[in-house]
Amino acid sequence: MKLNAKIPSGPLTEKWSLYKSAQNLVNPANKRKFDIIVVGTGLAGASAAASLGELGFKVKNFCYQDSPRRAHSIAAQGGINAAKNYQNDGDSIYRLFYDTIKGGDYRAREANVYRLAEVSNQIIDQCVGQGVPFARDYGGYLDNRSFGGALVSRTFYARGQTGQQLLLGAYGALNRQIAAGNIKLYNRTEMMDIILVDGIARGIVTRNLETGELESHFGHAVVLATGGYGNVYFLSTNAMGSNASAIWKAYKKGAAFANPAFVQIHPTCIPVHGASQSKLTLMSESLRNDGRIWVPKEKEDAEKIRTGKLKPTDLPEEKRDYYLERRYPAFGNLVPRDVASRAAKERCDAGYGVGSGQAVYLDFKDALNRLGKNVIEERYGNLFQMYEKIVDENPYQTPMMIYPAIHYTMGGLWVDYELMTTIPGLFSIGEANFSDHGANRLGASALMQGLADGYFVLPFTIQNYLAGQLSVARMDPAKQPEFGQAIESVREWNDKLMGIKGTRTVDSIHKELGLAMWDHVGMGRNRAGLEEGIEKIRKVRELFWSEVRIPGTANAMNIELEKANRVADFLELGELIAKDALHREESCGGHFREEHAMSDGEAKRDDEHFKYVGAWEYKGPGQEPELTREPLDYEFIQVKTRNYKE
Amino acid sequence: MDLTLKIWRQDNRKAKGRFEIYTLKNISPDSSFLEMLDVLNEQLVSGGQEPVVFDHDCREGICGTCSLYINGRAHGPDDDITTCQLHMRKFRDGDTIVIEPWRAGGFPVIKDLMVDRTAFDQILQAGGFISVNTGSARDGNGILIPKHKADEAMDAAACIGCGACVATCKNSSAMLFVAGKVSHLALLPQGRPEAVRRAKAMVAKMDELGFGACTNTGACEVECPKGVSIEHIARLNREFLLANLKS
Repeated sequence: MKLNAKIPSGPLTEKWSLYKSAQNLVNPANKRKFDIIVVGTGLAGASAAASLGELGFKVKNFCYQDSPRRAHSIAAQGGINAAKNYQNDGDSIYRLFYDTIKGGDYRAREANVYRLAEVSNQIIDQCVGQGVPFARDYGGYLDNRSFGGALVSRTFYARGQTGQQLLLGAYGALNRQIAAGNIKLYNRTEMMDIILVDGIARGIVTRNLETGELESHFGHAVVLATGGYGNVYFLSTNAMGSNASAIWKAYKKGAAFANPAFVQIHPTCIPVHGASQSKLTLMSESLRNDGRIWVPKEKEDAEKIRTGKLKPTDLPEEKRDYYLERRYPAFGNLVPRDVASRAAKERCDAGYGVGSGQAVYLDFKDALNRLGKNVIEERYGNLFQMYEKIVDENPYQTPMMIYPAIHYTMGGLWVDYELMTTIPGLFSIGEANFSDHGANRLGASALMQGLADGYFVLPFTIQNYLAGQLSVARMDPAKQPEFGQAIESVREWNDKLMGIKGTRTVDSIHKELGLAMWDHVGMGRNRAGLEEGIEKIRKVRELFWSEVRIPGTANAMNIELEKANRVADFLELGELIAKDALHREESCGGHFREEHAMSDGEAKRDDEHFKYVGAWEYKGPGQEPELTREPLDYEFIQVKTRNYKE
Repeated sequence: MDLTLKIWRQDNRKAKGRFEIYTLKNISPDSSFLEMLDVLNEQLVSGGQEPVVFDHDCREGICGTCSLYINGRAHGPDDDITTCQLHMRKFRDGDTIVIEPWRAGGFPVIKDLMVDRTAFDQILQAGGFISVNTGSARDGNGILIPKHKADEAMDAAACIGCGACVATCKNSSAMLFVAGKVSHLALLPQGRPEAVRRAKAMVAKMDELGFGACTNTGACEVECPKGVSIEHIARLNREFLLANLKS
């Protein structure tokens, strides 16, 4: 496969302006002749659909939820980055770009990331315009806080509900275009497959989740904004319905899948309580602004705490190990997520964990003494309340317990500078693509990227493609054979699943997959473990296809069939994640290979051999996927070893 | 914990519903209410029966998807939370728990405990937004908003659209939901230009979709998982009155 990233030439700071001034546009009268399908209504999907509708395109927007407002962007807590430099602390577009490239451990494209930093300021303006109630100071100006991996305060926030407020802003813009007749919304509708006509994306097959009805839809272009694939691991901070099916179907139709092994494990989640655990809850990274992370210095004390013989609040200061502050004096508790997660695992594996043994403390004692309860409550009140409801302990009185959990996936569909996949006419935006975060995403950058893609990048770049499609008339799905055939093959697939009639529930098999993934393709990876993991995943997949049991019928609402469809795809994607992790013989960002570590345990990157994007191409059932490398040439910045110590 | 569950089952929108009784054993008090229902569904599916359908997604209290009337209370017997954040430690061993869907004319039952809340989307489509095209906004700090105004707007904007207010109201009124959005946008300078049109259009749409009138019982505020105050209803009434005076 040939990969052409279509990076515009010219100096880094001018690439995007030069691109915009030279690209093809569609004239206003012609825009209404184009149908665009947008799958997903999160920050990326809703912002793209709304912006395309405003421009005059005819948009069909799909979500599996009952309302667009429920997409999982809603759950993002901490904030959104922008290079406004309102705090006069030395921030700039360049610094945001640099921090993002460095945070991603030099595995992202310079041109994409610079563009992201460039449009970040416009996002804040747009959201304020929509009425997003960002936090303000007493003068009425926008307030900021700091996040991991940065030495400046550039994060805008709306209490601990920033994702919610940004999504409601985008949802408002979407509603406005629905009312104006430019967008048709399909809720409780799941995308089942992509339809290609002569190798070009021309539509999708959907299943109405209430009636089970299969339908096909035409679009001159198809945009996938369907989020990440963290639920491969069963337990993650994703929503229960978050799934990889849309991007996986695209992969199986020929779209390259890039860097699947780059999975982010978030350091501050509420630890697992037991076997019936269905998902994990994140405690925002913003808590690391004021909370200090520690475990006992002595194993005996850790043991006493675990068995309830000692209270953490009774352990004197000198017996506590603030291990992030000890190991990383410059960034302390605000090191990037991958670094913080591995450090927690290292302490717990060494026997210093608290709670069940798989937990560390996040302590607000000093901040409470310094700032008072009122300030802490104002900053984190809803998070503290959430913690108390789940764990039944009051974090104002006793330190929070946290442990890393699967949170975000940097990998995704390979896209070029225009956000188009390797299938012509198929675009991918937001977490669903691989583009901007390299091997590790910095906090408060997911919201930035989703909205950058949706508001300010795709609405321009898609026109460069559509301008060449003017001669393509709207297709009638009833008359175009590819559409009927696509529906038929989805029907056959569903019938196959329904026909297994085994003895195991979908969830029980999904949990087995998740355990294999966490154990072998999780925070610490090694060759033997990955090979064993691939074997296990294959066995679980066989188990699924011989033993899964789905009651009811495919022609009506069937929540078990919905889950089975998603898990069938996770079972294939899980193996690709493991294969990518196996091939990448280096440690970078969220991908940590135990064989490739420095003597002090830090990650050892191998720029000579692995400074590339690994894009995988599907070769048919039972065939090995093929890897194509897109080299990452850093023209403008010097590639360094990440150092958060000094 | 051992539990008896009395759950509303209904095959589809048109079918007649009924309560069915299930028993569960060895439920961990640390599991969430929805995890308890997961255990029930695992049992049912293992026995070849259809699982109980209920709405849920993020399971961290913010998407607003989960609903459920539990022992006669929207989102169950705890304050300021959604059903997904309710934990079994709030119940006792041996309890019988009655689980119903939201019951309101505006929210028809789709299946079992799942209801159709698209009426909320329609109300917002009628005007619950600020008309600003992508790219046309001015600098974020060009609009100064006093902290107390921004905070109050945030209080109103915290609504998750779950519908507990409607379900718990004896009139099935959507006033708190509408008030949350009208108040949030009316408090901000960016929202003022459309304030008149917005209040009128959203209230008219609410009436059209069969939601009842507000009689100030305050039940909505008590059950709102995000603590949205009925003070916002007062602001909605003021906006609505002003809107009618102006036209």
